[in-house]
Amino acid sequence: MTEGSGGERTTPAGDSREAAASPLGPLKISRRSVLAAMNVGLGGLALGLYRRCAPAAAAGGAGLEPNVWLHIAVDGTVTYLCHRSEMGQGVRSSLFALVADELGADLARVQVGQADGDKKYGNQNTDGSSSVRGKAFEDLRRVGATAREMLVAAAAQRWRVKPETCTTRDHQVVHVPTGRAVGFGDLVEQAAKLPVPKADDVKLRPRNELRHLGGDLPLIDAPAFVTGRATYGADVRVPGTLVAVIARPPVVGGRPLRYDESKALAVAGVKKVVAMPTAKPPYGFQPWGGVAVIAENTWAAMRGRAALDITWDSGSDGTYDSEAFERELAASVDAPGTPVRNVGDVDGAFGKAARVMEAEYHVPHLGHLPMEPIAVTARNVDGRWEIWAPTQNPQTARSIAAATLGVAEDQVTVHVTFLGGAFGRKSKADFIAEVVLLARAAGAPVRLQWTREDDVQHDYVNAVSTQRLRAGLDAQGKITAWLHRTAFPPIGSTFGPVDRPSADDLQQGVLDLALDVPNVRAEACAARSHTRVGWYRSVYNIFHGFAIGSFVDEIAVARGQDARDTWLEFIGPPRPLGLAELGVERLRNYGASLDEHPVDPGRLAKVIQRVTELARWSERKKEGRALGLAAHRSFLSYAACVVAVVADARRGVRVDEAWLVLDAGTIVNADRVRANLQGAVVMGISNALFGGITWKAGAVEQSNFHDARVARIGDVPRKMHVEFVPSELPPCGVGEPGVVPVAPAIANAVFALTGKRIRELPIARAFGV
Amino acid sequence: MTVKLQVNGVEHAVDVDPDMPLLWVLRDVLNLTGTKYGCGQALCGACAVHLDGQVVRSCVTPVQRAEGRAVTTIEGLSADGSHPLQRAWVALGVPQCGYCQAGQIMTAAALLAGKPKPTDDEIDRSMAGNICRCGTYPRIRAAIRKAAGIADD
Repeated sequence: MTEGSGGERTTPAGDSREAAASPLGPLKISRRSVLAAMNVGLGGLALGLYRRCAPAAAAGGAGLEPNVWLHIAVDGTVTYLCHRSEMGQGVRSSLFALVADELGADLARVQVGQADGDKKYGNQNTDGSSSVRGKAFEDLRRVGATAREMLVAAAAQRWRVKPETCTTRDHQVVHVPTGRAVGFGDLVEQAAKLPVPKADDVKLRPRNELRHLGGDLPLIDAPAFVTGRATYGADVRVPGTLVAVIARPPVVGGRPLRYDESKALAVAGVKKVVAMPTAKPPYGFQPWGGVAVIAENTWAAMRGRAALDITWDSGSDGTYDSEAFERELAASVDAPGTPVRNVGDVDGAFGKAARVMEAEYHVPHLGHLPMEPIAVTARNVDGRWEIWAPTQNPQTARSIAAATLGVAEDQVTVHVTFLGGAFGRKSKADFIAEVVLLARAAGAPVRLQWTREDDVQHDYVNAVSTQRLRAGLDAQGKITAWLHRTAFPPIGSTFGPVDRPSADDLQQGVLDLALDVPNVRAEACAARSHTRVGWYRSVYNIFHGFAIGSFVDEIAVARGQDARDTWLEFIGPPRPLGLAELGVERLRNYGASLDEHPVDPGRLAKVIQRVTELARWSERKKEGRALGLAAHRSFLSYAACVVAVVADARRGVRVDEAWLVLDAGTIVNADRVRANLQGAVVMGISNALFGGITWKAGAVEQSNFHDARVARIGDVPRKMHVEFVPSELPPCGVGEPGVVPVAPAIANAVFALTGKRIRELPIARAFGV
Repeated sequence: MTVKLQVNGVEHAVDVDPDMPLLWVLRDVLNLTGTKYGCGQALCGACAVHLDGQVVRSCVTPVQRAEGRAVTTIEGLSADGSHPLQRAWVALGVPQCGYCQAGQIMTAAALLAGKPKPTDDEIDRSMAGNICRCGTYPRIRAAIRKAAGIADD
């Protein structure tokens, strides 16, 4: 299978499907490459899908299975079930290494399977940059350590020595004083008879024994990705499956007044037309409504949909208009909002200020636009439901499917496929509810295919927002007062009657903003939602970071000072900031304690210093390069970005070079972290230059990549430098924090180049391109 | 109507609507799912395949246009993932979610077939039609250069 592994690896008993002809087959990537398996295989299918490798099934009961994630077969093969979704962040290539290190396993003898949605795996919701940070880090290690202790206990019994004198390495238990060693496989049967130690009693290795921690680990699924054999939502093939597409009302909560079912049925291959239930606010994870066409293949379904000739009723949000809403938001931040953060006496300080600066920033709704439009399959066999979904949240998918169908959760199995990008979109279960309704209506397995137009127009978009920032400066230019008003329809509005951000929402860049200013107030201002708002990579941090990152630059310019110096003065000296210093009653802090993860301006200062050093900030500025800088804390991590922009005939401006530095504490997989940071720069460029989903008469104005634009290769600098800070601090988020400082850095560089201050995204609009 | 075409060296006769895009014939009729749907309008390149060696957008190519011609998909680029681009993609860890990569690789393969040592501008121009939302562009550039045997700066 992989170089150097010889004939050691065998097919788990009871599995007849092409293990030997694994997609990884003859492609030799490295000695450390591992066999990757995705748990979406189905018996009797023609395609080379990955074999199923749930631990118990994989070995026909034989072997050591100390917990739900791990199985060690008598041949020594370790199977680890990844319970988080792979959506490009490299989670499958990272988590298993932590487990293997604790176990003392040879990575080449560990295969990775994919867990179904089940609470027994703990939290599977792959969002919030949370797969490694927090409790996850030790929980993952405990998965491997538990098995290690059982293998050690078995060997110690056999050798009649104390377990403390044994350790594991290279897939063996070793008796340290004598050097005696025995392979895992030889111990499995004996170890399986021993009691499983309690989680609290399991000892984790000292950190220096985690051999692969922070290293460049191989991308285990790369061979499948480059040969077209990775199974995404649309690639699942269940015998007898029909394909559905849905004509959804342009306006959320709308419904069809009339349509011509017969015209759709006249299209060759169309089997059935199904009316979807009308969605009612709060929309939550309900289907968006409309009319579905079920056909023999995707093309027939699409043609049938086009033939429906639907007249829509718009419902209550048919007047949503982005331009008008922008004026509403501006009016909202013009008035005082609900105070959520208070230090000193802001009003008094503004009264005494020698100079008051104020600016307003607007960021439109942003769409996720993953390359894979949603595609999901459901089938019902004798009352038992099976779903194959590119979902970030298989447990919610399971509960929504059960609730939609009115069946018990244990009648529903959710298999997780590869996700062709997600960025938060696929944490929502609307498409799960849709597909189970359609499979039930069809009386056959159904694959629901969203088109790109569906994806653009029926998203759970990032909130649209307006920020007003006001700073008071004394005669020396020192900032003495800071007022931040933020207005946006929060995600809570998708689930209930919420008309302004909560304090928990404002943890994202408002309450946890480190600043060395004696008088501070932040206010949450009203904003009613008119569409489905949801999580999008970095979420509210995007617009908070854009506004703050731009305003600090404006202050620097007004003071005639270097932006880096202004940043460092603004955030102040290294010091842990708790609730009192921040002036807040509580800080959600991404679920982490402030003791373990205080707001630490020292860490923010370090990434600012490092990124400006990498970019040769002062020298390049002297050379006349147009540079911009911004920094932001989010998901407990600290990120700083510098970009250089140049004029570009076609685009107005183009990012010519970019530097991004992240302090995310302990890193698991260095290569994937760098890949994520490169991706963060690109997504930041998309957000800054092109992003924006807008509404007119209640409907989204964009429809596909020609008007819902994202960065293409030529929009991305050829010189991109990304780096993380080596650290032994607890792990923080990686997937999201890098995105945030990119957009304000670009806007600040645009100012340096053109003198044009960007206070509204996308920047392309300011240049009329 | 029956359309005869050769896919990855294998002759097929498919009985479909002649207007059906090649993409859906590959995916739904022939079960070759390596070629991806991304936009349906030739805007993103996820569906790129070769038709007689030329890159086409299979999502807007009616299957009748492939009549009697040779189609190559990612499954047929090499028997075992050993095409120099596939090797370079793995070696440099290019993919993130992986969804667009078949289209990226097929586009790059056509580029290198016609221009074994492309310039950076030629790479950017050839790949301009292929979107990667994860942002793997820096590594795509590097992997094309590596496969082409172009030394790093």
